Amino acid sequence: MSQTIIELTDLTKKYESYTAVDHLNLSVQRGEIFGLLGPNGARKSTTILMMLGLTEPTSGWVKVCGIDSTSNPIEVKRRVGYLPEDVGFYEDRTGLENLIYTARLNRMSKKVAGEKAEQLLNRVGLADAFEKKTGKYSRGMRQRLGLADVLIKNPDVIILDEPTLGIDPKGVREFLDLIVQLSGEEGLTVLLSSHHLHQMQQVCDRVGLFVSGKLLAEGNIQTLSQKLFSNEPFIIEAGIGFPSMSDGAGEKLQKALQNIDGVMTIQLKNDIFRIGCSRDVATDVARVIVESGAGLNFLQKKEYGLDDIYRHYFEGAGNHE
Amino acid sequence: MIFIVIILKELEIMSDSVKSAEHPRQGLSRFFRRVENNDRILHPFWVIVSKEISDHVRSWRFIILIAIIALTCFGSLYTALGNIGQAATKPNDPVSSFFFLKLFTVSDGTLPSFFVFISFLGPLLGISLGFDAVNSEQIKGTLSRVIAQPIHRDYLIIAKFTAALIVISVMFFALGFLFMGIGLIEIGIPPTAEEFLRIIAFLLLSIFYVAFWLNLSILFSVRFRQASTSALAGIAVWLFFSVFYGMIVKLIAKSIEPAKTASVQQIIHYREFILNLLQIMPSQLFSEATTTLLVPSVRSLGPLTMEQIIGAIPSPLPLGQSLLLVWPQLTGLIAATVVCFALSYVSFMRKEIRSR
Repeated sequence: MSQTIIELTDLTKKYESYTAVDHLNLSVQRGEIFGLLGPNGARKSTTILMMLGLTEPTSGWVKVCGIDSTSNPIEVKRRVGYLPEDVGFYEDRTGLENLIYTARLNRMSKKVAGEKAEQLLNRVGLADAFEKKTGKYSRGMRQRLGLADVLIKNPDVIILDEPTLGIDPKGVREFLDLIVQLSGEEGLTVLLSSHHLHQMQQVCDRVGLFVSGKLLAEGNIQTLSQKLFSNEPFIIEAGIGFPSMSDGAGEKLQKALQNIDGVMTIQLKNDIFRIGCSRDVATDVARVIVESGAGLNFLQKKEYGLDDIYRHYFEGAGNHE
Repeated sequence: MIFIVIILKELEIMSDSVKSAEHPRQGLSRFFRRVENNDRILHPFWVIVSKEISDHVRSWRFIILIAIIALTCFGSLYTALGNIGQAATKPNDPVSSFFFLKLFTVSDGTLPSFFVFISFLGPLLGISLGFDAVNSEQIKGTLSRVIAQPIHRDYLIIAKFTAALIVISVMFFALGFLFMGIGLIEIGIPPTAEEFLRIIAFLLLSIFYVAFWLNLSILFSVRFRQASTSALAGIAVWLFFSVFYGMIVKLIAKSIEPAKTASVQQIIHYREFILNLLQIMPSQLFSEATTTLLVPSVRSLGPLTMEQIIGAIPSPLPLGQSLLLVWPQLTGLIAATVVCFALSYVSFMRKEIRSR
């Protein structure tokens, strides 16, 4: 049975006259990997800070594990591991010492902390960097250590703010795999924030689209594209060859295509028709084109990906104001 | 408040372990074993304190400062030992019974005495221990990680203050006792109980004085994002008070100086006003208080009329009276410390902590 573990209700944060987060409603279920997707400055971090009780909301509620983050941040912080954006460590201490420090702040004894830290360092693949000062760690190693640091308190929820920023593609892949693996093994709920849609697509069960403090849409990739492109969920592209045809053949063909039931819009550009339709009419399109005498170079069904979603929303974000 | 509660709890644990033991020494050793014991769950506050202390002790900055202070102190001890003979042979000296205290105050002019050094270098020590307390953690990105742990936010700033205070206290007491020890071996005359208490009072006063500068620099470290800005701000305040403020007060004093024909009342008012202006300086408070403590013959810090002096026996004040005399100075110093701490506490609690 699913159980709501993070719940935001009408969450609003104002800085003087400027509204950073605007009546945000969001819920994340237990065991889910949720992606907070938005461009820079969308106030993803501010929202995360409010979830941890590190910043007070102007109005609205945040509940994590059923506990109010604003009035009882200590209890929330006991259950939630938070990896800040661009995490830092005490650079003149080793990775092990840094982890032990965090563990002891979570009321573990030195002995337990040491055992747990070693185990986690092995787990995140830093087994050979025990005694290395964190000042000498690479960016990717720092993020791994950050993950270990988040896990050492045995959290129910982990919140990772831009965890893949500045890591090379291979490192990102490994890091995300690690997150998926860990969340599966430990039954963790994970909340990731990022502006990298492809990475989000790889790991997230659900994503929330977040622009200038508002949640525009949430759901998995399929439901998102259905929501966003409800009028024309299918796109068919057809490449046409016009061998020795008179002018006006293009227009004639376009009219013929328009008559097909289900076709909504047609655009002709560089001999390619872009047909938006409400149902899958690929066979009809192919038949009409061939019957008209024009050559059909290719026919391609397009599905909306996150790229389109991103373009639709974020680049046109100004239009939604 | 929380801080006091924690300390009380610690003391309780300590006294419990002492109480339950058959022999006090066993109880104490058990206490130390508890501290050392890896199975013990330490309160997060003390985890931070112990980490901060080890940071201070390991840092080059602290090693350099302690070297400078130790060197200057031994320099002043050397000059004091060279000149103490002349001081001792002065006849009819009412304070000759406080021979040992002279170690701390005597100088031949080539090198200042111990307490002058402390009043000069103490601020530097305080500033250097505190100026990057908060902002360096923010810049390194560790602050947001630490306050995301289940601890109250004020633990961090109180722990930082406590750790620096412990380091300073240990250092001053070690230095003071070392100073006394070497002096004792060299001159061969042990201090009387009163002298010893006066020296302890002086060391405590020095710790309060450095604590003021420590808090001021912690305040700057909360206020300014760059560690260099906050260090500079601290040093600027220190320079302002040690160089320019005196000059400004002199300027004011000259401009409002009463005429020669003014009444005694007027002149006393004027003197007191100037003294009050001077006492805004923490270093003035410190030097007045230390002079009174270390030179028992000082009997007033303000102007004295002839009537008050006539009939007074030129004898040193007892410790209680000296302490009474410096009580306002001590209170002022503690008040300044508390104000700085309160300001930095409030601004830290209100600060929105983002990563980097």
